[in-house]
Amino acid sequence: MRLTCPHCGPRDSREFKYFGDAKTARGDDFASTYLRDNPAGEHAEIWQHISGCRAWLEVVRNVTTHKVISVKEAGQ
Amino acid sequence: MSRLPKGGIIDRTRSLPFTFDGKGYCAHPGDTVASALLANGVQLMGRSFKYHRPRGVLTAGSEEPNALIEVSSGADRTPNTRATVQEVFAGLQTQSQNRWPTLGFDIKEALDLAHPFLGAGFYYKTFMWPRAAWHHLWEPIIRRAAGLGRLSSEPDPAVYDKAWKHCDLLVIGAGPAGLMAALTAGRAGARVVLADEDFVLGGRLQAEALEVGGESSHGWVSQTVAELASLPNVTLMKRTTITGAYDGGTYGALERVADHLPNAQGSPQQIFWRIVAKHAILAGGAHERPIAFPNNDRPGIMLASAVRTYIHRFGVLPARRWVVFANNDEGARTAHDLLKAGAEVTLVDTRKDARPEISCRHLPEAEVVNTRGRQGLKAVEVRFANGNTEWIKAEGLAMAGGWNPSVHLTCHMGARPVWQDNIAGFVPRAGAVPGLQAVGAANGEFTTHMALNTGAAAAAKALGVKPAEIPEAEDTLNKITPFWHVEAKGRAWLDFQNDVTVKDVVQAHAENMRSVEHMKRYTTLGMATDQGKTANIGALAVMAGLTGQEIAQTGTTMFRPPYTPVQMGALGGRHVEVDLAPERRMPGDAFARGHRANWDEMGLWLRPSLFKQGDEHTWRQSCDREVQMVRECVGVTEVSTLGKIEVQGPDAAEFLNRIFLTPMKKLGVGHIRYGLMLRTDGFVMDDSTVARLAEDLFVMHPTTGASAEVLSHLEFCAHVRWPELDVQIMDVTEQWAQVAVHGPMAHKVLVGPDFMRFQEVEIEGVKARVFRVSYSGEAGFEIAVPARYGAALMHWLLGKAEALGGGLYGLEALNVMRVEKGYLTHAEIDGRVSHYDLGFPTPDKDFVGKQMAARAGLRGPELVGLTTVGTVKALVGGALLVEGDFAPDNVQGHITSAVFSPTLGHMVALGLLENGRARHGETIQMIDATSGISAMCKIGPAVFFDAKGERLRA
Amino acid sequence: MRYSALEVIKQGLTGNKSWRPVWRTPAPKPSYDVVIIGGGGHGLATAYYLAKNHGMRNIAVLEKGYIGGGNVGRNTTIVRADYGQKGNSAFYSHSLKLWNGLSAELNYNVMFSPRGLLELCHSDGQMEAYNRRANTILARGDKAEMLDRNGVTDFAPYIGMNNERFPIKGALLQRSAGTARHDAVAWGYARGADALGVDILQNCEVTGFDIRGGVVHGVETTRGVIKAAKVGICVAGRSTQVASMAGMRLPIESHVLQAFVTEGLKPFINTVINFGVGHFYISQSDKGGLVFGGDLDGYNSYAQRGSLGQVEHVAEAAMSMIPAMGKSRMLRSWGGIMDMSMDGSPIIDSTHIKGLYFNGGWCYGGFKAIPASGSAYAQLLATGAVPDYASAYKLNRFETGHLINEEGTGAVPGLH
Repeated sequence: MRLTCPHCGPRDSREFKYFGDAKTARGDDFASTYLRDNPAGEHAEIWQHISGCRAWLEVVRNVTTHKVISVKEAGQ
Repeated sequence: MSRLPKGGIIDRTRSLPFTFDGKGYCAHPGDTVASALLANGVQLMGRSFKYHRPRGVLTAGSEEPNALIEVSSGADRTPNTRATVQEVFAGLQTQSQNRWPTLGFDIKEALDLAHPFLGAGFYYKTFMWPRAAWHHLWEPIIRRAAGLGRLSSEPDPAVYDKAWKHCDLLVIGAGPAGLMAALTAGRAGARVVLADEDFVLGGRLQAEALEVGGESSHGWVSQTVAELASLPNVTLMKRTTITGAYDGGTYGALERVADHLPNAQGSPQQIFWRIVAKHAILAGGAHERPIAFPNNDRPGIMLASAVRTYIHRFGVLPARRWVVFANNDEGARTAHDLLKAGAEVTLVDTRKDARPEISCRHLPEAEVVNTRGRQGLKAVEVRFANGNTEWIKAEGLAMAGGWNPSVHLTCHMGARPVWQDNIAGFVPRAGAVPGLQAVGAANGEFTTHMALNTGAAAAAKALGVKPAEIPEAEDTLNKITPFWHVEAKGRAWLDFQNDVTVKDVVQAHAENMRSVEHMKRYTTLGMATDQGKTANIGALAVMAGLTGQEIAQTGTTMFRPPYTPVQMGALGGRHVEVDLAPERRMPGDAFARGHRANWDEMGLWLRPSLFKQGDEHTWRQSCDREVQMVRECVGVTEVSTLGKIEVQGPDAAEFLNRIFLTPMKKLGVGHIRYGLMLRTDGFVMDDSTVARLAEDLFVMHPTTGASAEVLSHLEFCAHVRWPELDVQIMDVTEQWAQVAVHGPMAHKVLVGPDFMRFQEVEIEGVKARVFRVSYSGEAGFEIAVPARYGAALMHWLLGKAEALGGGLYGLEALNVMRVEKGYLTHAEIDGRVSHYDLGFPTPDKDFVGKQMAARAGLRGPELVGLTTVGTVKALVGGALLVEGDFAPDNVQGHITSAVFSPTLGHMVALGLLENGRARHGETIQMIDATSGISAMCKIGPAVFFDAKGERLRA
Repeated sequence: MRYSALEVIKQGLTGNKSWRPVWRTPAPKPSYDVVIIGGGGHGLATAYYLAKNHGMRNIAVLEKGYIGGGNVGRNTTIVRADYGQKGNSAFYSHSLKLWNGLSAELNYNVMFSPRGLLELCHSDGQMEAYNRRANTILARGDKAEMLDRNGVTDFAPYIGMNNERFPIKGALLQRSAGTARHDAVAWGYARGADALGVDILQNCEVTGFDIRGGVVHGVETTRGVIKAAKVGICVAGRSTQVASMAGMRLPIESHVLQAFVTEGLKPFINTVINFGVGHFYISQSDKGGLVFGGDLDGYNSYAQRGSLGQVEHVAEAAMSMIPAMGKSRMLRSWGGIMDMSMDGSPIIDSTHIKGLYFNGGWCYGGFKAIPASGSAYAQLLATGAVPDYASAYKLNRFETGHLINEEGTGAVPGLH
């Protein structure tokens, strides 16, 4: 899989670290911490370009086809 | 000898001696082991897996299921190598495998006689009594028979590389379609990679008697390859198999750099490439399939296309008298080529209406119903439409059952191929791999003209350029009437290597293993080293016949990566053993090495565990001395592995106050505070000191092992959770060297700030950050200087310390001292403890993890200190704390850290114990059942030395 | 039809023509006492134990594809019980006991092979953590040993002990652990359940629930409506989708885990080895292939395929630990969908809907759990309560904080 980092361009996914569902990432209540929609389709998720610029990214990806639909900086 | 007097693209001017099973043979450059053995009249090259049936080559390519051999000897021995792929070089040693004592006389051939009892899944139905017999009796017997070739069991001495490649167009396969695609893209200036698994480019153009553009196909290939080689934007990769298609236009590729050479001479043996391609064209051709008829597996029986390859590419006629058995026009083509090569031929065609112009005996509407010849084909029995049969003498039998497009890569991302009636085969599903287009035979377009044309067109379309001009070539459609297996008595092989016959599929059907996947798993069909390339479609057809369905409805099994098996060494590359992970070394690494340091791994870091002196020969001697030295005098140790994270900005204090359970907002400039961080789920993530260097600048020192996690956590919170806070996170772990100097005499080494204070101090002209913190319980400092001064600082401090009677100490001593003091590591903070468990109250302010930490279930065993009270004085890490009998319900905790304290003269331990804080003064039993040690312990606070901390502040 | 050596010989002598179907292909009935959704190892085992232990007969297992097509047929076949946390330790200990008698119980050779499991340790800290696990196993009355370096070399001489980045300090050895033939487990339970009257309905996908007034009355399927008093969800890899049809939101993420097999080789690895660095585990099958795997790819996925980076990562660990593997060839790689729970441990519990039960979140530990999971879930479905050994696997433990976090990594499924 390849993700296009807004700062660094297209890179192999091994440069990135997956964090999880973007919808629940910001909260620390019970539902945010533990419950997931876990859809078999489009999924907004947080990745960090950990071996690159270390930016936090919000990636929309189809988790059934692995098609990457969009990548933008998270928290903007 | 079976070598033809002329023909082929081998170099007849040179001879290469090689051995097979110890016997010497000669080959020519351009030969494979298979072609050379055939040229030398050797038909028998292997044994089947289950019944140990004698086998010769079936194919002339990488899909070969029979002729698997061991190549080379000693640690270089490589098992399961396809004789049809291995190039001969001078001095090559090869052996047959999976036979005993010899290939010609294999005792286990007796299993073939027992075949009625060894049918599909027999092992699920027996070997069950008595209960222990499976593991102790039957399984060892089966394991003795298991496997194909032998690994050397010595470390692989070869060197492998891995690398990346990027291109506009990846062309997979250099047959007519691939060459035209590469030519189109190459001439247009695109970055092209043309990869082919073979060691000559051209594909079937090198294996047939064809004309392209009015000249021999060999000649056209040479010219085309020469042009491609002259283009700087085209990379030709021979001996390179595209092994897998992955997400994002990424392809795996294995280049066999030196497998065809006597030795690698400094180059890697193989290179595993990751090719990232904007577009890809699959021009991998097709695989011919066998026909299932009784005893269709004897040496001498091969695919018709392989026979033609041996004739036209290698100049080898593997046998004199031939029967060609076909259900399509390839039969006549093969018969024609055989005749021209001087063979005697009978053409048996299952079709009634085929009327080839051919000058040999032609038997339409006939079938092969049996063969003879244990170690090499002797005769073939043919049945005519009227039911009469006739034995025909023959040493060779060519099977032409039709072609299967090489759809495999297009299945790697989960798409199933599509049945196409006119070719009686599966073709790739459109869009199966984004960015990849199949062309030519790989897409079911079988004529040379179609291959040339679709290859050029696909490249032109992908890149938006003009297709290269198409040379003239044959364009006659092969006519096929599907025919899968002969109804006759006897076993007809579908999967040659795994010995799966039509009967096994029939039995699987009878037992309701009718789904294709069930049939495959139950019979092991398609699970051989060719992943079913020669077997699957035939078996599908048999199953379809049994269920009364079309093949298209019956389905197909999936092909998984890799396309052909890939050596593990190549997938590992150089990232193995000592290079498995990068080694992080502290700035004072060399300095410590100069002082007899012993080393320990801490995550990726290497840290001195102790510094031996004099005749110390146990680690305890060194450790005890070092502890005593620090407690009584002064010790120096490098702590650069500690995380060093700077938090800057106007909101830095607010940020840290939210991160830490411990209040940080009002920490004064120049002050240091110890704190706990929780994870979102309320458990303790790490502990750390935080120093406020300036109003808007903090530096924190998370634990070595947790600092990467902590850094990500801080960055996440700053960037994603609280983007409204004006704060920057900077990891400066590698920018600063940090050295601890502790002990009652530390003040004589350096004059620094008060306890839990920070001060900038100039040492020999270098500005140092001095933190008055302690992990040993003694007074002293952690001194940070820019990393390049780390070794110098160590040198400077050690000189001062030694003058006072002190010296270096390592991690072991540090660990002993921190346990004496009850300071925490990740033995205690194991991801399952809460701040309550560690004795920290919950502050009123908000912080990460507060909500989840409030759950009742987070109150678990509490941190305690333990010392022995009985005759047994030993305490063991990982031992259990038990009240009553040694039973699960009586286990109340465990020992997290246990050390011998030279300061106190006995062992001390930290542990987590249910309700532990309320039980100070009580006793509990420690049981280490693995070593048989059991000791009575006194429960107390988690501090054994200087409980009031007076030495710290001294 | 009873399987035995005698039967194999008898059939062999008569042309193997009278073997009976291993399970029937019945038409769905309009109504069952219990419907189990999911024809994998856990679902089939549940059906078997419902019939066997609880005397129920009117049971259907609904499978959307073919039985045994999910994770039960896609794993590395390791069976072990070396857990350190209380809830897990009791459960897997019980499961291992059931494995020992499984072939005899099912009259189907699942080839359980207690060839021993080595958990290698690469630091003092790891040694102490595994010592704790070993003590926990011993406290239960089961067996475990701690080996030092020499002990490891003696037990498994092919492990590379020298020149490693992370030297091996020792290992936990559980001799009673081992491997089993994965497909045989699904087929054996299917055959056993079928013989007791359970209807196995393949190509029967559940598309909805009939829930009225907080009570489940049945399911809608691609083969029509099927009524049932009790419905058990047991669909590893699709737990979220199926549960969401009943309005549930689960503490589960679905991730991909790859597994690998090499070409057949003469056996030289006769035990199961789990390396503590880089998470790599390996055994050699009775056919001769080296079967191995590593970590999750690390991101949500339903694609049943993995990334090349993880393939390489696993190979690097393999080559570091067993340098003799260099000339073996990886034959096939495949991916399974792991329903990763938020603490790395499974859920076997009733739900807020009466009559609807849930079994899932097995992460990548589901295969070895099959016998105990099946028998516990059967008891839950039959009696409304799970047996003691499975009592920790409650759905509400995430709310109460009574987590079973074997790795201590927190609510990050990719790290379990």
